[in-house]
Amino acid sequence: MKLLRATVDELLGLFVDDGSFAAAIVVWLLAAGLTLPRVDLAAAAKGAILFAGLAVVLVLNVLRRARG
Amino acid sequence: MVLTQIGWLHDGPSVAAAFLASLVEFVEALTVILAVGSVRGWRDATLGAGVAICALFAAVAILGTALVRLPLPLLQLGIGTLLLLFGLRWLRKAILRAGGVIPLRDEAAAFTRETARLRQAHPAAGWDRIAFGTAFQITLLEGTEVVFIVIAIGVHGGDMLAAAGLGAALALAAVILLGLAIHRPLARVPENTLKFTVGLLLSAFGTFWVGEGFGIAWPGDDAGILVLIAAYLGLALGTTALVRAQSKNRAIAGVR
Repeated sequence: MKLLRATVDELLGLFVDDGSFAAAIVVWLLAAGLTLPRVDLAAAAKGAILFAGLAVVLVLNVLRRARG
Repeated sequence: MVLTQIGWLHDGPSVAAAFLASLVEFVEALTVILAVGSVRGWRDATLGAGVAICALFAAVAILGTALVRLPLPLLQLGIGTLLLLFGLRWLRKAILRAGGVIPLRDEAAAFTRETARLRQAHPAAGWDRIAFGTAFQITLLEGTEVVFIVIAIGVHGGDMLAAAGLGAALALAAVILLGLAIHRPLARVPENTLKFTVGLLLSAFGTFWVGEGFGIAWPGDDAGILVLIAAYLGLALGTTALVRAQSKNRAIAGVR
């Protein structure tokens, strides 16, 4: 049972170690998923917006962590 | 057969991503299995790893059958989201390590820690529960990551799945051969560089799948993955430079 629990914890850890980082990714994906299919933009622009949001999440989190 | 199915220009990124990601996982598993085998004996260590591999095959068979029944956009969204959580997490950590914020992983130190822990446990007369359990857990865990990576990269099925499977199989063969040859943890593998590369490859695949799940028809079709890889590479290198500059400024301020 202890082994199973440890394995499950480790498996969850594959996707989440900094909770706020994981939450920010999910929130951005939800926001993008709700808006992008409804706006009239070229596919390249939609792709660029999706990437840009994820880039902002990554850079802000890394810089915040680096500041301590 | 698999080799003839794969168009290298088309599926090269899938093979490379699965190979590099699996290599990192297998190297980590090898470190622990070597520690278990050398301290507690090879019989139960090998048995633990073998049972875990059988469990993984069973999980893949069950999960694979369930996954193919899901509609593709839903599958792309789900797998893409997990791939982004996984890939961006690796990329974040690799950037922080490259920037000197968190220490690099040291396979030799991990091996020393693990052997010390295993020596402290009572020796077993017959079946060694600790050797079996440790080898089982690490193989199951790292193996699950490999299975996830292969399924995630090959979510379209067909060529891409074959390419991802081939990449993982090549990584397994490489690690087994190196492990048998040198019988020591693979401490010289540039793990952070690998994780950096894998993080950006998986993030690119994740963004691509999520975009397809949202109905975005990427310009150039699968070539969009290459554009995303280039974009993540530029972003990661730029962020690493920023983190290094920030650390340097703090060090200078600390000296003053």
